[in-house]
Amino acid sequence: MNKKLLYSGLGAAVVLAAAGGALWLLGRNSEPPVKGGPPTARLISSEQYAHAISYVFGPDVKLPGSFPPVQRTNGLVALGTAQAEVTTSAAELYVQSARSIAAQATDPTRRDFLMNCAPAQPPQDACARNVLTRYGRLLFRRPLTDAELNEALGKVQETTRVSGDFYQGLASGLTSFLISPEFLFFIERTEPDPKSPHHVRLNPSSMATRLSLLLWDAPPDEDLLDAAEKGELYTKHGLERQVDRMLASTKLEQGVRSFLIDMLVFEKFDSMTKDPVIYPAFTDKVAVDSREQTLRTLVDHLVVRDLDYRDIFTTRRTFMTGDLGMVYRVPVDRPDIWTPYEFPADSGRAGVLTQVSFLALYSHPGRSSPTQRGRAMREVFLCQVVPTPPPDVDFSKFEAAATTATTARERLTAHRKNPACAGCHKIMDPIGLALEKFDGSGTGRQRENGLPIDTSGDLDNVAFTDAVGLGKAMHDDPAATKCLVSRVFDYARGYKASSGDNAWLTDLNAKFAKSGYRLPALLRDIATSRAFYAVSATAVSAPGVDRAPAAPPLRTASIQ
Amino acid sequence: MTKLVTRRRVLRGTLGGAAVAVTLPFLECFLDGHGEALASGAPVPTRFGTWFWGLGMNRKIFLPKKIGANFDLQEELESLRPIQQHVNLFTNFRVLTDGRPNLCHTTGWIALRCGTAPSNRNDLASPSVDVLISDAIGGGTRFRSLELSATGNVRDSYSFRSADAINPPVTSATKLYERVFGPEFQDPNSPNFTPDPKIMLQKSVLSGVKEQRDAIVKTLGTADRQRVDQYFTAIRELEGRLELQLQKPAMAEACTLPQAPPKEDGEGEFANVVADRHRAMTDLLVLALACNQTRVFNMIYSASFANTSRVGYSNTHHLVTHEEIEDPKLGYQVLNSWYIRRAMESWSYFVGALAAHKEGAGSLLDRTLVYAHSDTEYAKVHSIDGIPMMTAGSANGRIKTGLHIDGQGDPATRLGYTLQHVMGLQPSSWGTGSMNTNKEIGEILV
Repeated sequence: MNKKLLYSGLGAAVVLAAAGGALWLLGRNSEPPVKGGPPTARLISSEQYAHAISYVFGPDVKLPGSFPPVQRTNGLVALGTAQAEVTTSAAELYVQSARSIAAQATDPTRRDFLMNCAPAQPPQDACARNVLTRYGRLLFRRPLTDAELNEALGKVQETTRVSGDFYQGLASGLTSFLISPEFLFFIERTEPDPKSPHHVRLNPSSMATRLSLLLWDAPPDEDLLDAAEKGELYTKHGLERQVDRMLASTKLEQGVRSFLIDMLVFEKFDSMTKDPVIYPAFTDKVAVDSREQTLRTLVDHLVVRDLDYRDIFTTRRTFMTGDLGMVYRVPVDRPDIWTPYEFPADSGRAGVLTQVSFLALYSHPGRSSPTQRGRAMREVFLCQVVPTPPPDVDFSKFEAAATTATTARERLTAHRKNPACAGCHKIMDPIGLALEKFDGSGTGRQRENGLPIDTSGDLDNVAFTDAVGLGKAMHDDPAATKCLVSRVFDYARGYKASSGDNAWLTDLNAKFAKSGYRLPALLRDIATSRAFYAVSATAVSAPGVDRAPAAPPLRTASIQ
Repeated sequence: MTKLVTRRRVLRGTLGGAAVAVTLPFLECFLDGHGEALASGAPVPTRFGTWFWGLGMNRKIFLPKKIGANFDLQEELESLRPIQQHVNLFTNFRVLTDGRPNLCHTTGWIALRCGTAPSNRNDLASPSVDVLISDAIGGGTRFRSLELSATGNVRDSYSFRSADAINPPVTSATKLYERVFGPEFQDPNSPNFTPDPKIMLQKSVLSGVKEQRDAIVKTLGTADRQRVDQYFTAIRELEGRLELQLQKPAMAEACTLPQAPPKEDGEGEFANVVADRHRAMTDLLVLALACNQTRVFNMIYSASFANTSRVGYSNTHHLVTHEEIEDPKLGYQVLNSWYIRRAMESWSYFVGALAAHKEGAGSLLDRTLVYAHSDTEYAKVHSIDGIPMMTAGSANGRIKTGLHIDGQGDPATRLGYTLQHVMGLQPSSWGTGSMNTNKEIGEILV
């Protein structure tokens, strides 16, 4: 594939448009306008990298390790990738990884299948050209330029000459792709919009990549690249055909999983510790399983069953392993494998907030933390920002209470007597205390220090008596679905929505409601919208530079 | 006709199956008679590093009463006794925020590392001091710097070029061994040197990537261009590292090769696990320095929100600082102090390990300067005036040691400024706003 083909593909799109088959390009009246942001250059994440290598070279190619973490920005790691830089230490990992992958792809067990160069005789340039053209396109997500192809061919020839091994030569060529910024950064590029002379649009490759990252958390596959290069994504029908194909693919689960890992702040698992003396059942395996349990529950609920998003706060349906069963204290028929499980109606558990992942992650190593749990509910599921604590808190009242108080509620009530603490703790504690019948490992309990636990409270004036009631209140809170919509939209574009996107987001929220709060429908609405691909005509710098909290901090006054 | 023997020809010859050994003279040739300087007259390189522990100290049992030499060691510093002569302690220096909020457990370390109090938690206004020093002295070794975190958490790093370029730490001894002493390590004292032709080819691939730069960056906006350029800079550094590997490494008298550490590094942040991890990583770091693999390092014992925990106790160190009641008789938080003492024991081990490793006429520590500090003075109230700071090592005889310096309320940046000068940088001043300073701490300068 070369530029000529690419351009002829675009030409075809333009012809189609001119024929009146793509009035969609001019705008659908039902879709409110958005300004669009500048093109981005997101750094590939460890997951995206793994998905790319698995698709291009096969799932059995081993990756040496993961790459350094990216800063969470405006609520999502995905937004941090649009700002992340690569340090020398990180570059070293990319280079090591590239060499390892290229060596595996060209080793005797894979070379014939992947390269198909045997039994050609040296100098084998024609085969090298084919291999590089094919894999270069998949890794760069666009056809290689002649200069890029020749540069890589040069590396193949040089290494082959020096080492006397053609496959080592091919490995050098592939390594050069894998360490190129064209692979490691999703560099979005624009082109003049033929329908609007003063505007630009994402070029086909960038459009395909945005789409594929949203739905699959992976670079485009060959079908999508083919369609993009033919200009099909610029037509309503062509775009919808690709979106529907991708939504129907099993890779959608992988894409939704990645989004959930980001939204749920699951990198916190990396630093979670539980005291083995206090919580002997909470092993490292339990930590891993609890994370997986929540992901399985949500992917099953949202994708496989295509159910109402709000029900993630109320569903009793989940999956269980033997190790998890020890913490939940429920019998498990097949402890060695993941088995579907439904909590009984009287179990006191319903929804994601009563799963071990949430309960244990937002607790201390040796005890629960209503404050952390309350804060996480606000920030993770409602997209609200709880201000950070003041530095010079006078703990004396709290300490005095700590010597006598025996339940978390009593201790925190004392805490709230301090005016400097009261504002924020009023936001966090009442909802966090609803989960107090689960200890710091997520195991159920009825009493704390011998005293009965009171789980009643309210979520912004919606009263409840226990964790199940809290789940219902979260289910009914319009902030929960709005939060999801804004998170998905930000995740999709790689930068924070601005006030110029409000009308569009309002429309998107309405469509989400109309769909019965189905995530795949939301993804389809975004993926087929103009807003998703819109880029501003003039701006060239990276968007979203401001890392200040996106939502205004909750003020005490609005809660009281 | 006599053919010229070029390095390339040598390399090709190697690949032909005929190993070409390039021998070079032994170490003594490089050092002067005293082992204090290279025979060429150039000084033996000075290493620089940082050491961090979270959550400050308890004044009552940490602060010496005596200023100057032979200062008294209170309970929390008791473990420093074996290394006291190598250490300077700096107290009563301030972090001034110029009206910016004191961000709990964040403002302190950011200000001490980059000279500017942050306006938010991601505000890293300029590169950390180790990066400035690494830019000046980090070349010529395999690694510009090594970042290590005994917490085991890859997110714990206080070494950064910017908020978007934080240097990721190595989090276990196993990983550190693999990185430094793995297959790519070249023993500097091996009598024979055979350049590995694979390295030349690897270098060629990196060079090829660099050549894409112009075509790529012209399509990018300013901010993204900087980011992608940073990647090309990193690639250039790696290329330089490969270039070094094609040359016979300078011999290193103090270099000995470590055993591979046991596979199990221990999980979590229980204080005993952290201490073991810290010890194992320190031992490897000492050899990495002695073998000239790097001249700059950063070690984190515990993070600013220290998650260090103690088996059987429900609260982490951070939580303890806020929730533990001061013992009415002793007048301090007993469990909090237990954690601080563990940190100081590890610091003592760290300095002791550098001091115990002989190099030339002295020790590795004599040719090293370590900057140690915490994030708060008293963590319970997040005070950032009087954050404890220390140095260890005499930086090739450029600073005095064994002193307790009273900052008398001066900006804490005076220490970072002094260290830069000691390491050969010449900033006219360092820090911003009230933290800006051009005053060295003269008491420690030789």
